[in-house]
Amino acid sequence: MSAASRAEAPAYVATTKTGRFTDFVDERVGGSGILREFGRKVFPDHWSFMFGEVALYSFVILLLSGTFLTFFFDPSMAETHYAGSYTPLKNVEMSVAYSSSLDISFDVRGGLFMRQVHHWAALLFVASVAVHMLRVFFTGAFRKPREMNWVVGGVLLILAMAAGFTGYSLPDDLLSGNGLRIIDGVIKSIPVIGTYTSFFLFGGEFPGTAIISRLYTLHILLVPALILLMIVLHLFMVVVHKHTQYPGPGRNDHNVVGYPLGPVYAAKAGGFFFIVFGVIALMAGFFTINPIWNYGPYDPSPVSAGTQPDWYIGFVDGALRLMPGVIGNFHFEYIIFGHVLTLNVLLPALVPAGIIFTVLFTYPWIERWITKDNREHHVLDRPRNAPTRTAIGVAGFTWYCVMWAAAGSDLIATHFHVALNDVTYWLRALFFVGPFIAFAVTKRVALALQRKDREIALHGRETGRIVRLPHGEFIEVHAPLDEYKRFKLVGFESLAPLPAQPNEHGVVDRKEKRRAKLSQWFFEDRVVPATPAELEAGHGHHEAVEAGESQKTLSH
Amino acid sequence: MGNHSDGSPNHSGTVATAGQNEVEKFQDPGIPPHRLRLADTDPKAAKRAERQVAVLFGASVVGTVIFLVAYFAIDLGDDSSIATIRLQNALLGVGTAFAMLGIGTGIVHWAKALMPDHEVSEERHAIRTEDDRQAAVRIVDDIVEETGIKRRPLIRNTLLGAVALAPLPALAVFGDLGPRPDDKLSHTMWAPQEGKLKRLTRDPDGTPIKASDVTIGSAFHVIPEGLNELHEGKLNEKAKAVVLLMRLDPAALNPSAGRENWGYNGIVAYSKICTHVGCPVALYEQQTHHLLCPCHQSTFDLTQECKVIFGPASRPLPQLPIAVDDEGYLVATSDFNEPVGPSYWERDEHERSIKS
Repeated sequence: MSAASRAEAPAYVATTKTGRFTDFVDERVGGSGILREFGRKVFPDHWSFMFGEVALYSFVILLLSGTFLTFFFDPSMAETHYAGSYTPLKNVEMSVAYSSSLDISFDVRGGLFMRQVHHWAALLFVASVAVHMLRVFFTGAFRKPREMNWVVGGVLLILAMAAGFTGYSLPDDLLSGNGLRIIDGVIKSIPVIGTYTSFFLFGGEFPGTAIISRLYTLHILLVPALILLMIVLHLFMVVVHKHTQYPGPGRNDHNVVGYPLGPVYAAKAGGFFFIVFGVIALMAGFFTINPIWNYGPYDPSPVSAGTQPDWYIGFVDGALRLMPGVIGNFHFEYIIFGHVLTLNVLLPALVPAGIIFTVLFTYPWIERWITKDNREHHVLDRPRNAPTRTAIGVAGFTWYCVMWAAAGSDLIATHFHVALNDVTYWLRALFFVGPFIAFAVTKRVALALQRKDREIALHGRETGRIVRLPHGEFIEVHAPLDEYKRFKLVGFESLAPLPAQPNEHGVVDRKEKRRAKLSQWFFEDRVVPATPAELEAGHGHHEAVEAGESQKTLSH
Repeated sequence: MGNHSDGSPNHSGTVATAGQNEVEKFQDPGIPPHRLRLADTDPKAAKRAERQVAVLFGASVVGTVIFLVAYFAIDLGDDSSIATIRLQNALLGVGTAFAMLGIGTGIVHWAKALMPDHEVSEERHAIRTEDDRQAAVRIVDDIVEETGIKRRPLIRNTLLGAVALAPLPALAVFGDLGPRPDDKLSHTMWAPQEGKLKRLTRDPDGTPIKASDVTIGSAFHVIPEGLNELHEGKLNEKAKAVVLLMRLDPAALNPSAGRENWGYNGIVAYSKICTHVGCPVALYEQQTHHLLCPCHQSTFDLTQECKVIFGPASRPLPQLPIAVDDEGYLVATSDFNEPVGPSYWERDEHERSIKS
């Protein structure tokens, strides 16, 4: 190849130094194909696309700060007497793990900063993964062909939580020790294998002397490796599918409209990494997170009131709190064939999380089955244009938030001066009715927003200019939209319920009937996009429309 | 790809939009016309943006300097005060934040103000062509055919059996992660040793408690005598043996049959480990005689032998039978009458064997 290029004069000679350098590398490893493919690849731009980037960047920051911490952290549970520079704990008996965490905080320059960066980045990582998934859900980005990537995202969420929890326990302080104790209690409630699992995990009785080093191996090796693998898969699929885009003029399922990767998109995305880093650094510099020196070493006897787990574990902890152990004379713990079934622990620990993740993983297929929509979708839905899906999402989100709030039931009680028991009773009620209320309200709001869109598309926007007509009537002048803005409001597809279809034998089976019912439920309330004919008709009796007689021509 | 249905013959899309096909829709007007920015038309504005970017990059340099100064100039020394560490931490934060945000905002501003902001449209290409699909399917078919796995069920079935069993050793090698539980969970340190009853001592210093020290309304956090002298497994024993000691008006206690002698003069001792998931039940409400677990708010009523009156726990806290020895110190007359702490599968079995 190089011999050939010496013989022929190259058609294009690099004009910049970087270009020549690229040429040099390319002649040796041959990356021009990749560069040609990606160098100008178009990426759509929207603020909501940044959540995934935040997640990726906080993971990078986690790797960087975490590596630093491993140089100083010692995951041993051997007993030692603290000899570091934090006076209140001088000579206190503690584990080596806790002692080395204190050393990182007080005797390693910048160690406290790194710990805080690591913890804040972890909280942000899980949060941004979660918010990114909400964005993907509410805009319908999980639809074909991206269902598998949605599943990979769900796995990443679970791994992020696992990474968080294993790391949270490492300093072996009082707070995280009590967290482990709760985990131990939950594990022991598992039928048949629970006791053994607990003994195997802790290397004997709780707390034992093995758990910290075991969690450490998981935290710095297994879990991050899996996360990295999933991220690679995730990004690979993003490249294969290309990015989705929001609906709007010029955007459709066959094109991608946006900025080329180089230079604009790469600059924005690359610059954004530094912004995420900067924000995390600010938080780490000014807001104390997990001040382990205040908690003291782990001891099974003391506990501080008002303690909270990290936010992403909150919903499980809240569910544990909400579950009554006894109702009337019925005990949720009972003996079955001489063995103990601890439903008051088992149900709240496993069932809500189980339901949330099962629905999360299967939702793309559920919706595809109901709608029979097997097309590829690259243009996103505005959440209002898929009212039932949006309502389902908000219902699930509400359910999650009720449990999450329950994890702070004691703090709610003390901060708002209400009875702790009442807070629990209310949250128990909301646990059951909250999702239904949220569903109904969200669906109405979404439909109302769609009607508003129609109104604006047909009658223009309110200008706030009040005009008095010759006969004395006051009207507000509406300004018509330009065609681009209008298309944003009308350029969506409003699916109608799909009646039951006979299968290949010409029979409408029971499953299909059930599907048709769900389809009816999914699409019965809908607002169709405005049409040119309606706009024409509206212009016919222009004055009436402008006079604000809300003439709604909805097929509802 | 190219069209809506991705080449699939049953064009479900038309079904989904049935009934609307006749209705004329708004035509897509295409990408809105590009609007020039100030910096595109006014060289002064462009120069200004250039300077702003440079200032932001300059701020980053300042941030790096702040970081280095804070790192090297602030001496933590041997006995650094919290205030010094806080100051250094804040300065490291400010330094890093400036250094990073300067670069980040600088680049983004550069991209937004000066780099071309023409939106471009690019065709999406099919994830795979129909050609590729057919060829791939044929290859898979050929591979399966050439292995002959369909024609030789013996091979297939033995392979399935072997593959199904092969992971078992991978599970089995974890057998030494921990010892068997046996009955470890059903005993605590409170069991009398060689006929000598264990004294109740204060947590954490281990000094014994005289009955006369326990006034009405007071509460003690208690560990068994000898716990602090343990060399191994101290925390394991403590995690089971911690006890709360309280004294009430004897008339307020309602001991059930067989438990009348478990207290002394209104002094009662209960396991501090919550029967829910094992947090220490550390809050004693003196007026109502309730014990509250701060983790999940299980509430136990002392006057009803620590019956659960609220929250997720389902079982009362186990009571430790106590008495007073010759010197007036409180002692445990026996171990707990049941396993303490959260429930587990074999718990009932253990409870029966303790009681028999």
